[in-house]
Amino acid sequence: MNQYLLSVYDVEGEAAGAPSTPEELQAFMGRVIALEEEMDRAGAFEFGGALHGPDAATVVRGGTSLDKVTTDGPFVEAKEHIGGFYIINADDLDEALAWAKKVVEAINHDIEVRPFRATGRLQNGHGH
Amino acid sequence: MDDVEHAFREAHSQAVATLIRLFGDITLAEDAVQDAFAAAMQRWPEDGVPDNPAGWIVTTARNRALDVVRRSRRGRELTEQIAAERLRAETTPGPEDPQPLQDDQLRLVFTCCHPAIRVEHQVALTLRLIAGLTPAEVASAFLVTEDTMARRLVRAKYKIKSAHIPYRVPDEDELPERLRAVLSVLYLIYNAGADDVRRRHLRAEAIRLTRLLVTLIPHEPEAWGLLALVLLSDARMPARGDGANVVLIKNQDRSLWDRTLISDGQALVLACLRRRRLGPFQLQAAIQALHCAALRYEDTDWAAIVRFYDRLIAIMPTPVVALNRAIAVAETEGPETGLALLDDIAQELDGYHLLHAARGSFLERLGRPREAADAYDRAATLARTDTEISFLNRRSAELTGDTPERQTSGRRQAP
Repeated sequence: MNQYLLSVYDVEGEAAGAPSTPEELQAFMGRVIALEEEMDRAGAFEFGGALHGPDAATVVRGGTSLDKVTTDGPFVEAKEHIGGFYIINADDLDEALAWAKKVVEAINHDIEVRPFRATGRLQNGHGH
Repeated sequence: MDDVEHAFREAHSQAVATLIRLFGDITLAEDAVQDAFAAAMQRWPEDGVPDNPAGWIVTTARNRALDVVRRSRRGRELTEQIAAERLRAETTPGPEDPQPLQDDQLRLVFTCCHPAIRVEHQVALTLRLIAGLTPAEVASAFLVTEDTMARRLVRAKYKIKSAHIPYRVPDEDELPERLRAVLSVLYLIYNAGADDVRRRHLRAEAIRLTRLLVTLIPHEPEAWGLLALVLLSDARMPARGDGANVVLIKNQDRSLWDRTLISDGQALVLACLRRRRLGPFQLQAAIQALHCAALRYEDTDWAAIVRFYDRLIAIMPTPVVALNRAIAVAETEGPETGLALLDDIAQELDGYHLLHAARGSFLERLGRPREAADAYDRAATLARTDTEISFLNRRSAELTGDTPERQTSGRRQAP
């Protein structure tokens, strides 16, 4: 089993296709919740979340030197920033892409799919 | 290329495909198969060629790959586990000589042509892993250095490995779309060979790969459509000039057309028409079949050709199809109508030399030589091969009465 990051990029804080009325928001939430339940039933859902905007970001720099410097973020000044993401489990890219297509359909927004090189979780006493 | 080399390549690419199935690692598979061939060169002259050479290569390569996997530590543990599971799952009872499966190549074709890989990398991977070209040959097919191509192949293989692009024939519902990607890659390979005399060997590679594909997946009409299309295109290649000149279909010496390829292609087209599941490749093949059916240019059934273009544009509404349709319509309804149709696509195809070449030809027929020459000049600045550039410059010069501008070979004009 492999893990993939499905990330949604907002452009200048606006996700194209985002709901703008209460009715749209309700329909949007309905689609997203239904999809997350479907992913969960299939064992694909690992984690998902929406992020605050880049204005809320803080950057910590300094490498292995003693002094760490904390500054206002984001890390890269750009028009596009990650607005939210899912981490999913999938056997291979085709399975991940099948979920990705459903996510695009549910949120009405393009996403990027990237494979994890390594993942781990310490409290379970094993990485994978 | 001789038969021995072909046989060698075929055995090579089949063995690589089988090893990739067993180990799930392209580089490991390529290295192991190369080692197996090196061992064969050494041992076969002394021990004699084994009864089942392909099986011998696969077995030797498999053992070699297992050695590599076992020797490497920690980081490879997972690979070893996977490989061991797959090897256990192998049902081949014969302990020493597992047969390479043709299915392995089919699986690998779909991996190489996965839409998550950029198209030029799909082409490079297909030439390397399915056609069995050496990295140097793939590099020359792209007209790039071996280093550049090696880096591209490494990147493409890294993508397959890191993103876990599967080795699998896609499910029924995905198959048409994924097959289209495979067929497009094969057609790109064919056209690279048809458009550029330095790469003409790619035509034969593309035909060979398409033949392989239809044997692997015989129930897909579009694969047969592509085969018909490349055979019918290839039949006319001898009349298309020696590489130094462009000879338009109108002026081609039709006695140079390869009648055997034409009848093969036409038989395939008829079978496609009877199946009545016509897709873009089959429709393009049908159009080519009509061109080939005319013994003289004047006998061309343009009305039927336009009807096939109408069907083609309905399912593939691209500007290039619209351009080709306009050229056919100009034959049935006159250059004025053709010219009007070009206006619809002029913006989208402004950077495409054949749009301007078509406009030049229509204007020429309408008796507007100045404008025609301008259109040919514009086409010449956009054309990519020296042959096309000099052909277009000549046509322009003929209209204006200038001496043709001499293009030295190797010189390209930037658009």
